[in-house]
Formats: sequence, C-alpha cells, structure tokens
Amino acid sequence: MLKELSEARGVSGDEKAVRQIILDAIKDTVDEHRVDALGNLIALKRGKALSKAKGSGKSRRKVMVAAHMDEIGLMIVQIEKEGSLRFRPVGGIDSRVLLAKKVLIGDDKVPGVIGSKAVHLLDARQRQQVARVEEMSIDIGASGKEEAERLVKPGDYATFDTAFNELGGELRAVKGKAFDDRAGCAVLIELLKESYPFDLYAAFTVQEEVGLRGARVAAYAIAPDIAFALEGTVCDDMPRTKDISPTTTVGLGPAITVMDRSIIIDPRLVNLLVKTAEENGIPYQFKQPGMGSTDAGAIHVTREGVPSAVVAVPARYIHSPVSLLSLNDLDNEVRLMHQTLLKVNDLDLTR
Amino acid sequence: MHIKDFLKEITEASGVSGYEAPVRELVRNEFAQYTDELCADTLGSLIALKRGQRSKETPRRSVMLAGHMDEIGLLVTKLEKGYLRFATVGGFDLRVLLGQEVLVHGQRDLPGIIGSRPPHVLSAEEREQVVPLDKLFIDVGLSADELARTVRVGDIVTLQRQFTELAGDLVACKAFDDRAAVACIDSCLQHLAGMKHTWDVYAVATVQEETGLKGAMTSTFGIEPDIGVALDVTHGNMLGVPEVDTVAVGGGPAIGFGPNFHPLLYARLVDTAKEFEITHQTEPIPGPSGTDAWAMQVTREGLPTALVSIPLRYMHTTVETLALKDIERIGRLLALFISGLDEAFAGELGLRNT
Repeated sequence: MLKELSEARGVSGDEKAVRQIILDAIKDTVDEHRVDALGNLIALKRGKALSKAKGSGKSRRKVMVAAHMDEIGLMIVQIEKEGSLRFRPVGGIDSRVLLAKKVLIGDDKVPGVIGSKAVHLLDARQRQQVARVEEMSIDIGASGKEEAERLVKPGDYATFDTAFNELGGELRAVKGKAFDDRAGCAVLIELLKESYPFDLYAAFTVQEEVGLRGARVAAYAIAPDIAFALEGTVCDDMPRTKDISPTTTVGLGPAITVMDRSIIIDPRLVNLLVKTAEENGIPYQFKQPGMGSTDAGAIHVTREGVPSAVVAVPARYIHSPVSLLSLNDLDNEVRLMHQTLLKVNDLDLTR
Repeated sequence: MHIKDFLKEITEASGVSGYEAPVRELVRNEFAQYTDELCADTLGSLIALKRGQRSKETPRRSVMLAGHMDEIGLLVTKLEKGYLRFATVGGFDLRVLLGQEVLVHGQRDLPGIIGSRPPHVLSAEEREQVVPLDKLFIDVGLSADELARTVRVGDIVTLQRQFTELAGDLVACKAFDDRAAVACIDSCLQHLAGMKHTWDVYAVATVQEETGLKGAMTSTFGIEPDIGVALDVTHGNMLGVPEVDTVAVGGGPAIGFGPNFHPLLYARLVDTAKEFEITHQTEPIPGPSGTDAWAMQVTREGLPTALVSIPLRYMHTTVETLALKDIERIGRLLALFISGLDEAFAGELGLRNT
C-alpha cells in the first residue's frame, strides 16, 4: 500500500490520483464517504456496540483522524522560447536538492530533468553557491516554445520521479518520495480495517503543505470531539559535528508530538498515548518540541476548539526527492493508534 | 544491438574509474559481433580489432577510435553511526549530490541515498550554503552493525539514474560522458560491417579517463596506431550559458580544431561530413582538450589525432542530456571517414612505412 501511495503523484491542489487510490482501498471498510469542496476525502466508520454503551448517558463521541494526501512539488510557470520550463516550488522545497533531478510533469507524466550548468563552466565562487530556483529550468527535450507547448502548459504540476524500494535490514527501511504524508495515509487506511466503539471520521486532507488548508474545513464539517493527525515527520538523526537534537530517530518507534510550531498538544492526549504504548510494549519517542507544523494546528482551533494530538512516522530527507523510513515504525504506529483509539471513548475530557 | 538499447544498457551499468569491469563485459559482448579480435589491456581498456581488406603490397595501416567507458563516482572512506562517508572519484559538482540516489557496491549492491538534513532544521545561513563534502553522507537504511558486516572502506559507489527518453529525440541519463562515445564507436562498427575499408580499425573503450587519461595512454602505446580519433562529449547549449561556450545539441558532430588535433584530420572529417551531407559543427579548442586525444597525441613518437564530440548538456550530473541523432551522425561520419582512408592520405600525413 505504501508503495502505491508513495509512487502516486499529488502535489498540493492536485490530489485526485492519490484520493482515488485511497478511496478504492477504504470504500469497503467505511459506512459513508464524500469529497468536499476543497477535495478532502472524508469517510465515516460508525461505532459498533454503541447501544451497549454502559448507560452512563455518554453522548456519541466523534473522533477525527487526519492524514494529508498532498506532497510538495513544483509548478510550471513559464515556457521559455528555447523550450525550457521555468518553475516555482509548491510547499517548502529545499532548493539545494533540486539540481540534476528527474521530474514528471502534468497528467501525462512528461519526463524532464532539472538542468545544471556543468561544473566545468563554474568559477570557484559559483561552485560554493546554492543555485536559486529562479535560475533553474526543466529540460523536456523540446527544441522550442511551440514543441514544449504541445506537451506542457503553465500551471502544470511536476513531481519527482522516484521509485519505492525496500532496502531491507533490521529497520526494514524503505525509500521513496512523499512519505510526508503518505505514511500517515497508509496508517489511517490500516486503522479503518478495525472496529471502534465510537464514530470514527477519517479525513484524508488536501493542501497541508501550503498552509493546513484542507484540515481546517474538514474539521469544521466534522466538528469532532477529539482529533489525531498522523504524519510522516522530520528526522534529523544523521551524524554531524555539533550535536543538537535529532528531532526524531528512525527505528525508535512512532514519534509523539508535545508541541510544534502550530500546536501545544492537550496533555491528556499525550498521557493517553504514552500510557497505551507502555502498557502494550510498543516503542515510542517524543518529537523535538518546536519543529514543524501539521494538520492538528488547524484542527485544534476549529469551531470552539478540539483536543488534538499528533503521532508521526520518522522519515529522513522529507521535502526532497527521496526519503527513508522504517516499516517497523509504521507498524508500531498502527498498533499504538489502534490501541489508543480503543480507549479514547473513556478519556475524561471535562475541565 | 540497436544503438539506443546499447546506450541504455551501458549507461545504466556501473563502471567508476578503475572499476570498469561490469560495463567492459557489456561492451565486449557488443563489439565482438562486429570485430575480429578482442582483448583487454593491463589497465583494463577493451581493445577490439576489425581488420581492413587490403592487397599484399599495401602497407598495413591502422586507425584507433577511443571513447572512455569509465564514469565519475564515489568511494567509501568511513563508516559512522550507520552512515557512510565518502570521497569523490573524478570531478564532481557538490551542488548536485544532495537528494541523489546511489548504489553502494559492498558485499552486495545496496541502494542508498545521499541524505540532506531537512530544511525545517536548517538556519537561513545553512540553506544558502552548498553542503561541503565533509558534511555529506550516504544512508543505506542499515543499522551500524549490519553496515559494518556489509560495507567496508574502499567500496565503490555509483550514482543511480534510469535512462529517460525526453521529447524531440533527446535522452537523459548518467555516464553519457563518455559511454555515448562508446555507442558512437558501436554505430561506426555497424556501418563498417557493410562497407569496404583498407585500414585496420581499433575500437577502444578506454578506462580511467576521468582520473587522468590513463587508459588512453597505455592502450595507444600498446596498439601503436597510425592515427587516433578520440570521441568525447562537449558542452551543449542550455539556458543561462553563453553561446560561445557551447555547441548545439542536435547540431551534429562537433569536430575539434586546435593544437591537440592534426589539421589534415580535421579537414578530412569536415570534408567527409560535407560530402555526405552530415550536419556538423566546429569546436575550437585553443589548449588542452581534456580528452583521450590529449594523451594519444604524445604517445611514443607522437601521432596525428582528431576529436569528434557529442553535444551534451549538464555534464557530470545524473541527467546528462543529448540527442540520439548526434550519435547516429557521428557513427556514420566515422565509418565514412575510415572507408576513405588510403595510402594517398597516409602520404599527405607523412606516415612512415613500417
């Protein structure tokens, strides 16, 4: 599933291909589903055994679990007379990683390469300078503007062309593109195969990478009591001279967020996640506070507020053409979320 | 083999300078179909001989075609916390290495990634800096223990790229520098199979060009040809590079002119292209050409040399881009040039009778 999701193409604003794959995977496990005005896929799985709910007068709790379908990418903005394509990033792309990469453009997947002036033609200063996106262009082999216009048009989205592969080993590492956040999508698809004692709203959201846009409206429509955002998150565990926090570490289990740039997590939810992990012997780690932002940032301030938490699979080199994660972490995130959701109905959320 | 298929096969294969064996075997199989004798010399260059048809009275003459089959690559220098540190083999642009997929040739071939610290954790200053070699590393997704059992210092690493067909007859891949030249030689041999030529032809895929033209030195010495033609790539036109520094991609063979090349060989190549209406261009090279021709020219007592180059964009990256029709034109030009070599031309060049 992760392979199919990772190789699918869905830059923010153009998530339809990913949405179709997810819909095919979940339609038999949910009771209702719809696509909203922005393109979010919202699925409802009704709670089982609600009638037997211990007569405590508990209202029907709504739990939202969100994972975003979109990925960072490029957009063609201009076709030069020589046939080269000028582009701009969609979402936070590191311009250091763009040179000499292969991309696929538009629905027809027109192949192109991001050209780079040969090192032989650079002076010493230029060799030390990061090339700016504004100076780069994509070469699709067109000899002029007319030929290029037959193949692409301004506004077309481009994605990196990266194959998914298993690297093996103890970590069961895999490499591919868009693990942020197709890893979260894969976990959510797995979670929908189980039954829960409450109404579970699965929100596969759009446009997270350009400002948490999809989650905001999805959360408004669902009006959940509790929410979880599932992520493929920043990991910075590579060796370096100065030792700062690794943010997260691949292989140490799902990362629980305490605070990031967009949200301070409700401590009752953090405690529930930690307690569940420990009771079930599931490895976990905390994500370094203050880094990144997720759909939960939009969800927790929806309507009158929603207690929200973030659980993420650590992924190295996100926002680049190829990232790496451990399938062990992914499996453990599914276990942790499944066990946590089973208890979430009993969580006391009174103040 | 069809030239495009052969080009794809040899460019996707591994063959970093000094470690050309995998690609050499592919070239050997292909050249064997069109030549009479094959051997590899001490350094590893593949030498194929196609004999000319000549009468007993005609002195034996030979022309050597050289295209290098080695590619730039990386070499493991240290294992650190489950990651690999590396050095470069050949001239690299560090700007293109981040986010690049590689193949580490350890106990088994391991796919890997040249990792980049995520932009989220970088300072504004760090985002503007090209990551120096001592801060780059390769990640193959193994634990430190597993890595130590599978990879050792000195293991070779090749950059990964699948052969890609672009629009307008253009193709992109790694290692077109200089396996596209090997494909040109193959195309020439295929043409020669149906033509008459009196001179012997040595089709040579040289080694270690990227680290100092080593294969051309020893193979030329061993073959002792009468004349030598090097095939290489040269900078093609692209956005942001002055036209004066480039030749046109799709503009045909770029025939080198300058101190590294014999004026009569240059003239003969140009005349042949004109006679057979092969689109071509001249590449003026005022000094060292940086190609196998530079080494060939001063082998033993010296020999007349020429250079024919394939226009190519984005040299020394994994998305080198060229036009297939340029390769086909060069193959045809070389074959016509060779079939026209005779004793009269040998006399013009002042070649000795041996």
